[in-house]
Amino acid sequence: MEERDLICIVCPRGCHLHVDKDLNVTGNFCPRGAAYGKQEVTNPTRVITSTVRIENALLPLCPVRSNGAIPKGKLFEAMKEIDKISLKAPVKIGDVVIHDLVGSGVDLIATRDMPVVK
Amino acid sequence: MKEISLVIIGGGSAGLAAAVGAYDEGVKDILIIERSPYLGGILNQCIHNGFGLTEFKEELSGPEFADRFIKQAQERNIPYVLESTVLEVTKDKVVTYTSAKEGVVKIQAKAIIMAAGCYERSAGAIGIPGDRPAGVLTAGQAQLLLNQYGYMVGKRVFILGSGDIGLIMARRLTLEGAKVLGVAEIMPYSNGLNRNMVQCLEDYNIPLYLSHTVSRVYGKERVEKIEISKVDERMRPIKGTEMTFDVDTLILSIGLIPNNTLLNNIGIPTGRSRGCAVDNHYESEFEGFFACGNVLHVHDLVDNVVAESREAGKYAARYIQGQLEKKQDRIHVSAGDGIGYVVPEYVALDGSKTTAFKFRVRKPSKNVYITYTLNGNVIKKVFKPVIIPSEMEIMNIPSELLGEGKGELSVSLVQKEEN
Amino acid sequence: MKHVIIIGAGAVGSFIARSLSRYQLDVLVLEKENDVGDVTSMANSAIAHSGYDPVPGTKKAYFNVRGNRMMPQVTEELDVPFMQCGTLTVAIEDQQLPMLKELLERSKENDVPAQILSANEVRAMEPNINPEVKGALLCPTGGIVNPFLLTCNAMENAMDNGVELKLNEEVVSIEKVDDHFKVTTKNGVYESKVVINAAGLYSDKIAAMVEDIDWSIRPRKGEYYVLDHFEWNFVNHVLFPLPSEKGKGILVTMTTSGNYLVGPSSEWVDDKDDVSTDSLTLANVKEQAKMLVPNIPFQHQIRVYSGNRATPSTHDFIIENSKKYPEFINVAGIESPGLVSSPAIGEYVAKELVGKLLPLEEKKDYNPRVRKHLRTIELSDEERKALIAKNPDYGHMICQCERVSLGEIEDVLSRSVPINSIKAIKKRTRAGFGRCQGGFCQPIITMLLAQKKGIDVTKVAYGKKDSYIVDHKVTKGEN
Repeated sequence: MEERDLICIVCPRGCHLHVDKDLNVTGNFCPRGAAYGKQEVTNPTRVITSTVRIENALLPLCPVRSNGAIPKGKLFEAMKEIDKISLKAPVKIGDVVIHDLVGSGVDLIATRDMPVVK
Repeated sequence: MKEISLVIIGGGSAGLAAAVGAYDEGVKDILIIERSPYLGGILNQCIHNGFGLTEFKEELSGPEFADRFIKQAQERNIPYVLESTVLEVTKDKVVTYTSAKEGVVKIQAKAIIMAAGCYERSAGAIGIPGDRPAGVLTAGQAQLLLNQYGYMVGKRVFILGSGDIGLIMARRLTLEGAKVLGVAEIMPYSNGLNRNMVQCLEDYNIPLYLSHTVSRVYGKERVEKIEISKVDERMRPIKGTEMTFDVDTLILSIGLIPNNTLLNNIGIPTGRSRGCAVDNHYESEFEGFFACGNVLHVHDLVDNVVAESREAGKYAARYIQGQLEKKQDRIHVSAGDGIGYVVPEYVALDGSKTTAFKFRVRKPSKNVYITYTLNGNVIKKVFKPVIIPSEMEIMNIPSELLGEGKGELSVSLVQKEEN
Repeated sequence: MKHVIIIGAGAVGSFIARSLSRYQLDVLVLEKENDVGDVTSMANSAIAHSGYDPVPGTKKAYFNVRGNRMMPQVTEELDVPFMQCGTLTVAIEDQQLPMLKELLERSKENDVPAQILSANEVRAMEPNINPEVKGALLCPTGGIVNPFLLTCNAMENAMDNGVELKLNEEVVSIEKVDDHFKVTTKNGVYESKVVINAAGLYSDKIAAMVEDIDWSIRPRKGEYYVLDHFEWNFVNHVLFPLPSEKGKGILVTMTTSGNYLVGPSSEWVDDKDDVSTDSLTLANVKEQAKMLVPNIPFQHQIRVYSGNRATPSTHDFIIENSKKYPEFINVAGIESPGLVSSPAIGEYVAKELVGKLLPLEEKKDYNPRVRKHLRTIELSDEERKALIAKNPDYGHMICQCERVSLGEIEDVLSRSVPINSIKAIKKRTRAGFGRCQGGFCQPIITMLLAQKKGIDVTKVAYGKKDSYIVDHKVTKGEN
């Protein structure tokens, strides 16, 4: 592995990380930064957030997110999968909308309560 | 006229947290007035994640974070009205609001908490040169249209300003199929959080042009192209540095301004943040008028908004309960060298062990001391290896350092001398 | 076959239409833009000049003074905000004082009330004026008017009285056939006995379709700043510097909605449609305005805009029959003080010019008034309550900055002049005119307009016909 300087994206603090060739991470404020540093140079992942069409709700869209990070290279593939489905109100926060998004093992969940509105 | 102890203007994160804070302090006669058809405010359109790390030790999306506070308010049965707009607040604390359902309602309040959030600086406010076609939108407008209504504002997009919403929209629009050609930032540094630079721009190879601004917009009906230029140290475009981009949309993320008109209208003094000048109890210069959240000063993290607003709610409750006197003696706080603004503007010692100071520096700096000077004497120096304007600083200073609680306190940035 | 076709629905065309709508005539108005009053009539200083300034004996002087006298009644009938706050033309240097005397003489010749004030009197009236002020000419009949509603409501009233309006109709040729004209637009052919050319910046192009002309219209751009409401009476009068060859100079004024305008610049431009703004020009406007009022709070700036004056090569309004065809009437070169002159021009063109060509018989049911606008911001709590009880939409606020309710937006959608754009709503209701500039309400109004007009959201225009706001609907869940 090449040495890399990264900005940690785990939280808004944005620590400046240094990852050496043995995957030792420095500059992190918390252990999650160390984990991020290792992950980012070996297999970068991201949480994806988007919307899904919903019927009979106050708004035509229900916000969703992946319930964990998915491989960065699969973000656009995930969008395609997300854009295929549609929901019917009522939907509750945390309801699983897609199981195992793009084979990542991570579920896509609703992030807003969408009660039925006539 | 109705009488309600505490009226809270705004049912977003600040208003909800303030309500919870007041309720838990023992004031239960509350009304939250919200203009949207739902509680939660702007968080509802911020569908990205990253909210709640401090507050909930979890990484939530905006709607989820809002939902936690909506549920906290609902568990306490705190009353609220939706689709209701406050028309006027008087010095005597009469709040008038209007809605289709109730017509016009007047309420005599004992205390008022202003929690109306902020609005986005517009193209007109900075007078972007050139034509004024359709297709110049604020990041918030594009966000609402996309995330709640399901419409894309354009196919080829340029973004002016590196504020967080702009960066987040760069990613969002890219994921939904638009081509984002770049982001121009007039300052020599980014105005967004570092993590957003990485996961919104770098991840998608969107270039960031620092020290650049949009020097001309072209298009008779819809935006056809834009020209950006490098700027000199006085932020004026430099001739010969022009670059043009064929885009149909220009999105602006050029700053947020506290939406404090209702209180400005009655002459409550404002501070450098353009919100009310408040003391360490979030009380303004008018007794019983409190302010918190983005209407007081623009925050970058909602976690800080709710923490602040809960405090404001608590102090408003104490005021209603007759336990918060305006003291004669207090310290006036001012922003010294290198500091944009400081909240609070006044400190009245109340027995608290520490006093929180929130501020932003004017420009990114390294190896500096944040220096607190009370009546000419330095009472505290805090070393910061790195400090940037896009991140609000919160420092808790031991109250014992504040002496008798009188005079002038200046917060300033002092460069550490090199050895 | 129409009796009269009016080309152009700016302030002038709209007031000609209104004046003709009194009579038993078939009148058609063709407008190339997506709304009435969408060019020069929209982007000007919004001043009802008293008439102290035009050279005595000119058409400008005559129509300005007459228009100013008509203004109280016209604005009352058309329900247009108008404030006769008076104008002050200010001398900042001693050597300018003789010019004030000249202007006073000119005012007398034009029969316009005016008086010269001392420096102390000016300072007492205008606390924020440059303290170096040496004196000023006060013209109490001058004032400010809402230019959007003046034009829109003149046309609305004309339409209520039977005039037909077609928007997005750009005239491409005009032909005289026997006893009438064939007016061809990009969409069709219309015929009439009389044609009135009120095409503003393009009136020379329209006139040249029927004959060779020895005059031209050159666009002269004016750029402005708009400031938010920050306090009433920051200035109490329209404040002008002394006029020069380039016009009336950079003025500072309140508007009828409590905003402040600072401008205009004066630059010749080649492109009649060029209403771009420019930082250097605006910076210069700012500097000059500071000579009048040194501490204008520009931190309250919410918009910049520019408009082009239709400046005629003849230096005076052109209001006359064409030489070749008396039935073709040119009403051209109506630059400042065009807005205030337009009711008088409309009256004159109808009675004196059209009246010589066609019999003018009054309609029995002619109504000079438009339906009153209900502006919730002007209502007392009790009035507002009663209104909302009748129609709850007046309690549903859409524009928070300017306090515009859904009811007010629905009202303008139900009026005679068709509403095709967000800007058309903005001009009539002020929704989107405030400090957030539509940041909050524009997406809501976009959806509302699509719903009310039964059109796709992607077809909703901001201003001009193809100035779409959203590009496409995201494809989600459609397969």
